[in-house]
Amino acid sequence: MKHVLSMLVENRQGVLARISGLLSGRGYNVESITAGVTTDPTVSRLTLSCTGDDAVVEQIKKQLNRLIDVIKVTELSSVPSMNRELMLIKVNAQGAQRGEIFQVADVFKAQVMDVGHDTMAVELTGSPDKIEDFLALLKPYGIVEIARSGIVAMERSKKMPDPAAGAQPAPGTAAQPAPAEPGPDAPQH
Amino acid sequence: MMVSGARLLLEALKAEGVEVVFGFPGGVVIPVFDALYGERELRLILARHEQGAVHAADGYARSTGKVGVCLVTSGPGATNTVTGLATANFDSVPLVVLTGQVSRNMIGNDAFQEADIVGISRSVTKHNYLVTDRRELGRVLREAFYIARSGRPGPVLVDMPKDVLTELSAEPLPTGVSIRGYSPVTKGDPGEILKAAAALAKAKKPLFYVGGGLNISGAAEAFHRVMEKVNVPTIASLMGISVLPSEHPRFLGMLGMHGTYAANMAVQNCDLLFAIGTRFDDRATGDLSKFAPHATVVHVDIDPASISRNVAVAIPIVGDARSVLEDLLPHLAAPDHPEWIRETDEWKRTHPPTEIVGNGRLSPTAVIHAISSAFPEAIVTTEVGQNQMWTALYYTFRSPRTFLTSGGLGTMGYGFPAAIGAQVGNPGRRVIDIAGDGSIQMNIQELATAVTERLPVIVAILNNGYLGMVRQWQEVFYTRHYSGVCLERTADCPPDCASPDNQCPPYVPDFVKLAQAYGAAGIRIAKPAEIAPALEEARRITDRPIFLDFQIEREANVWPMVPAGAGIHEMMNA
Repeated sequence: MKHVLSMLVENRQGVLARISGLLSGRGYNVESITAGVTTDPTVSRLTLSCTGDDAVVEQIKKQLNRLIDVIKVTELSSVPSMNRELMLIKVNAQGAQRGEIFQVADVFKAQVMDVGHDTMAVELTGSPDKIEDFLALLKPYGIVEIARSGIVAMERSKKMPDPAAGAQPAPGTAAQPAPAEPGPDAPQH
Repeated sequence: MMVSGARLLLEALKAEGVEVVFGFPGGVVIPVFDALYGERELRLILARHEQGAVHAADGYARSTGKVGVCLVTSGPGATNTVTGLATANFDSVPLVVLTGQVSRNMIGNDAFQEADIVGISRSVTKHNYLVTDRRELGRVLREAFYIARSGRPGPVLVDMPKDVLTELSAEPLPTGVSIRGYSPVTKGDPGEILKAAAALAKAKKPLFYVGGGLNISGAAEAFHRVMEKVNVPTIASLMGISVLPSEHPRFLGMLGMHGTYAANMAVQNCDLLFAIGTRFDDRATGDLSKFAPHATVVHVDIDPASISRNVAVAIPIVGDARSVLEDLLPHLAAPDHPEWIRETDEWKRTHPPTEIVGNGRLSPTAVIHAISSAFPEAIVTTEVGQNQMWTALYYTFRSPRTFLTSGGLGTMGYGFPAAIGAQVGNPGRRVIDIAGDGSIQMNIQELATAVTERLPVIVAILNNGYLGMVRQWQEVFYTRHYSGVCLERTADCPPDCASPDNQCPPYVPDFVKLAQAYGAAGIRIAKPAEIAPALEEARRITDRPIFLDFQIEREANVWPMVPAGAGIHEMMNA
C-alpha cells in the first residue's frame, strides 16, 4: 500500500543525507523524496512516498520521529490530501505526430515546452494518477527521456468549521485565518 | 572575553560536570591537548588505541551513569572510534565523542588525515555534528551532552575543524538547550499505567521481563519495591541482568538463545508478559511466531520506536522506567499466584544451569563461581562469546550496574578497556573483566594504560585456545569443521584438524610473560587447587592490573542453546 509522509525538518546541511541513510539502512522501500524550504528559512518540508504494509510504515514514522532534526511527521495517506507531481517528458515526434501529441497535451492541460526535428518535450503537473495516464498515452510514440519530481503533498482545507471552536462566523464574513506556516506544533516524539 | 574554540571546549566540559576524558592526540587536536596541559580539574586518560578510548568512556558511563567523554584526532583517529560508537549506540550508552577535523577550507579536498566521520558515523550515533561556525561551538556542545544523556541515551559525535578550535570568539557558552525536534517523554500515560496494574492483578501467570532500561534509568530500587509488593517471577534480558540480585527467589535467570530452562519455559507459559526497558531483540525472543504464545504483553519503554516493533503489545507505556514504576507502585495489588510460583520454582529446581566438570583442565563454571565468591562487590565486564554467556548464567550478581557487556553489537575486545573505564569511575571497587583468550587480544595494548594509570583491573582469561562460541557452532551444526577458530594452530598443522590433543603447539602468546612485560602481574592457573590462591594474590594487588590465565576445558560448551528458527522452549542440551 502506498503511503505519503510529510515532514518538517531542520534546514541544515546533512539532514537529507541522514534521512535517506536511515531509510536505506533499514531497507525501507522509498519511491520518492522531495524537499523544499518553508516560509521559515530554518525549516524545510520533506515529502516522502513509500510502499509497505501499515506495520512497516508505522516503524518508519517512529524511526523518523526519533531523528533529532525531524520536527514533525504527518501521514497524509490517512487524511484527505492533495498529491501533485511534476513531470518533464521527451518523446519521439515527427511530422503529423506532433499534432497528435499537442492534442493529447491539450486534454491533460500539459504544456509543450520544446519541439525538435524528431522529438518534442512536454511538461505536466498533476496527481500521480494523471501523470501515469498521460505517460501511458505517450508510450506508443517512444519515450526518449523522463524527469519526475516525486510527490509534493498537503492536507486538504477543512470544509466545515470546527464544532469545538464556539460560535460560527456568519456566512459571508471572514473566518479566523488558519495559523501561518510552518508553526510546527508541539514537537512529536 | 575572546577565547579559542579549544578553551571553550574545556569550559563546556567542566560546565557539564565532566571529570575524565579518555583520548588520543593527533595533529588537528593539538590545540585542545595544549589547553589540557597542566589542567588539574580534568583528568586525561591516554589510551593506546582510539577504540580503547571509546570503550573506556563507555565502561565509565555504564558503571557511573554519567556521560563518557572521548577526544581523538581526525582521519584514522576518528574512524577508529566507529566500533566503539556502534557498541554504545546499540546498548544506549551516553557518550560524547569529540573528533578533530581538518580546517574548514580543506574539507572535501582529500586532505591529510581527513575523513567524513559525520557521514561514516551517522548510522551508529544517536546524533552527530560538524561544527562549521566557531560561534556555534558552545551551543553544539551543550546540545551534544543533552542529547547523549536524555531520553534513550546514546553516543553523540562532534566533529571540530582545527581552525574552529583555534579561532577566537567572545560568544558565551549557552546556559540552556532547546531542540524543537526532540522532547523525550519520561512520564507514562496514567490511563495505561492503571490498565497495566489491572492486568497484573488479574493475571494467573504473570512474568516480569526486565531489560537494560532499568539499569540505565536507575530504576532497580523502584523495581525491588514493586517486587516486595507483588512477588512476581522475573526474567531478564542479557542487559537486564543485575537489576534483581541473581539469588532473589523469584529470579528465573536470563531468557533466549542461551537462556535458562526456567526463564524460557516461563515466557512460553505465562499469560501476562510485563516487559520493562527491553527491546525484544532476536537473541532473546527466538522465532517470533513461537514467542510467548499465551501472553498479553505490557511494554514499558522510553523509546516509542521499540514498542510494537517485534512483538504485538496490548498495553504500551512510553516513559522512563523509574518514573513509570513509581507511578505504578500505589496501584499494585497483593500477589495471588501460588500455583505459578510453585511451577516456576520447580523448573528452577529441576533444570538449573549445568555445572561443567573439568577433565584434566579447569571447569569454566567453577572458575566463575570462585571469582563471584571472592569478589562479591565487584563490577564485572565481559568480552563476547562463551565467556560472556557463562558469566551471564553462572556469576552471582548482587547489585545493579555491575554487569557491563556488549549486548547488542557483541564486540570482542570491549571488556578490557571497559573495565579500565569502570575502574577510573569507581576507584573504591574491584573491577573484573571475564575474557576469552581470543577477545583479550583485540585491545590488549590497553595494558599500558592500566599499568601507567595504576588501575588494578583483574582480567580473568578463560583460556581454551579457541574462539569458543564459533567453535561450539562448528561442533554442533557443522560436524566439527573447526575452521579458523583454533588459536594454538600454526602453519604446520593439518588443514582439517577436528580435535585438540596434547600434540598441539604451545599457546601464543604466553599471557603471564606478556603481562609482566607490561609491568602488570601475571598468574597461570592450571589446576583447581590453584584457583583460590590466585584470586587471593589478585586481591592483594591494588596498584596494577592482574592477568589470570585460567587453562579451561578446550571443548566446553554453553548449554542450553536455542538454534536459529526455533522457539525458546525448543532448547538443545549437552
